[in-house]
Amino acid sequence: MRVLILAKEGEQSAAATPPAADAMAAYQKFNEELVKAGVVIGAGRLSPSAQGKRVRFDGKKRTVIDGPFAESKELVAGYWLWQVRSIDEALEWLKRAPYDGGIFEIREISMSEGV
Amino acid sequence: MCEGALAIDPRNGDAPEGPGRGETAATEAHRAIEAIWRIESARLIARLARVVGDIGTAEELAQDALVAALEQWPAAGVPERPGAWLMGTAKHRAIDLIRRRQALERRHEELGRDVERAQEGLDLDTAIDEEVGDDLLGLIFAACHPVLSKDARVALTLRVLGGLTTEEIARGFLVPVSTIAQRIVRAKRTLAEAHVRFEVPGGAERVARLASVLEVIYLIFNEGYSATAGEDWVRPALCEEALRLGRILAELAPTEPEVHGLAALMEIHASRLRARVGPSGEPVLLLEQDRSHWDRLLIRRGLAALERAERLGGAMGPYALQAAIAACHARAATAAETDWPRIAALYDAVAQLAPSPVVELNRAVAVGMAFGPAAGLDLVDALIPDPSLKAYHLLPAVRGDLLRKLGRSGEARAEFERAASLTQNARERELLQRRAAECAAEGIVG
Repeated sequence: MRVLILAKEGEQSAAATPPAADAMAAYQKFNEELVKAGVVIGAGRLSPSAQGKRVRFDGKKRTVIDGPFAESKELVAGYWLWQVRSIDEALEWLKRAPYDGGIFEIREISMSEGV
Repeated sequence: MCEGALAIDPRNGDAPEGPGRGETAATEAHRAIEAIWRIESARLIARLARVVGDIGTAEELAQDALVAALEQWPAAGVPERPGAWLMGTAKHRAIDLIRRRQALERRHEELGRDVERAQEGLDLDTAIDEEVGDDLLGLIFAACHPVLSKDARVALTLRVLGGLTTEEIARGFLVPVSTIAQRIVRAKRTLAEAHVRFEVPGGAERVARLASVLEVIYLIFNEGYSATAGEDWVRPALCEEALRLGRILAELAPTEPEVHGLAALMEIHASRLRARVGPSGEPVLLLEQDRSHWDRLLIRRGLAALERAERLGGAMGPYALQAAIAACHARAATAAETDWPRIAALYDAVAQLAPSPVVELNRAVAVGMAFGPAAGLDLVDALIPDPSLKAYHLLPAVRGDLLRKLGRSGEARAEFERAASLTQNARERELLQRRAAECAAEGIVG
């Protein structure tokens, strides 16, 4: 199954602050391990929401809202696409990630028709 | 789409106990152990094999560690570093085993050294974090050793590298569990008897051994992609296992062009998995597929892998060539835009590299598309006397298709009926029978 891992950050500023060098190295080591295990099929880090846009749909009306999205408690800061055999496997991998804060969400990507 | 045959989905009743919320801590631990096993088992076996020298013993030691985890974790909880725990447990057993062996052989002077070597090789603190790349590669080469039959190589590879249980492999290949169990036992015995050394081969031997590895992975992929038998047209779980092995191999042997060629081929083919099965499980052939259902991510990954293979000088490798053909389809936004002359030329190159009637048949299809059905039919007709294609259902299927395009519905119908009688796959049979019926209808109208 394919899962999306969403890295969430509470504060907008966090996404703009580059991580410390040793934290970055630990992350890279972990990511490398995942790639070597054939798990990672895609990944990305998102720019701060200040550079983002939202479009609200209301019937025929479309309203564009500029970032930053200060009202959000949990903003997506990055994502991974993993190919795993089960949610449990994704969980076991994720628990090994070298983070000391934040919330990470695992969601299975539905492969059914008509998404 | 159906759940993969190998996927362990607790909601479908594979878990020992009921669904999610009310599950006990023990069930939760079992699920965690299963997942951890899949992550750790190959590395564990590879590391142990380097120390004890053969993968049969290594696999048994790793299994012992798994049993210990199943006994202890449900009550004690999953340790913080489960991989290190498994390695530590297996290490103690490996040392016990070496001591027992040595005691039996009464070679006391060597005992100390071997135990030392085992201690060194399985240092608890570093064992998990350390690079295991070469050990893993050694494990792949051993499991795919040419001394083993193809069936044995496939089963052993899925077992020691994929971390699959015997039951899961049996389900994937629709054979009895006892058959797979026997295959694995015999494979391990054969490797031990042939004194297959646990190593990464070099030089000319490496080329031949690598070809065997690639073949095994591609066999697994193909069994999932065009299931040769049974009710399902595809078994995506097998494709996923093969893809994973291919991706791992591409990381372990990044300078081998054909490794990327195979990865490219599988990624691009897998991109169509969803599109090649219709709503009721029936096959949908390439040119009739809804291309918006093709997985763009896998296509992109496949094209990138193909580029790597070509950059490494491997454009003319057998897998890279097949990947290049698959890429022609992947790049065409509609079936009508397919670059058939290029595909025909690529098949030509494949045929020169490894002449085979099946390749010729594929070339005939491409020629038929590029230069008209009559040209294709000439090539197909030349293949009819070939004894190796006597029972091959795709020969009459292709012939039927070309005859139909030439307006010879009566002959086309007979060919499709013949093809339907030859295939072992139920879904494919239905498709071919439908084609035959369409020809019959055309015959009446025309």
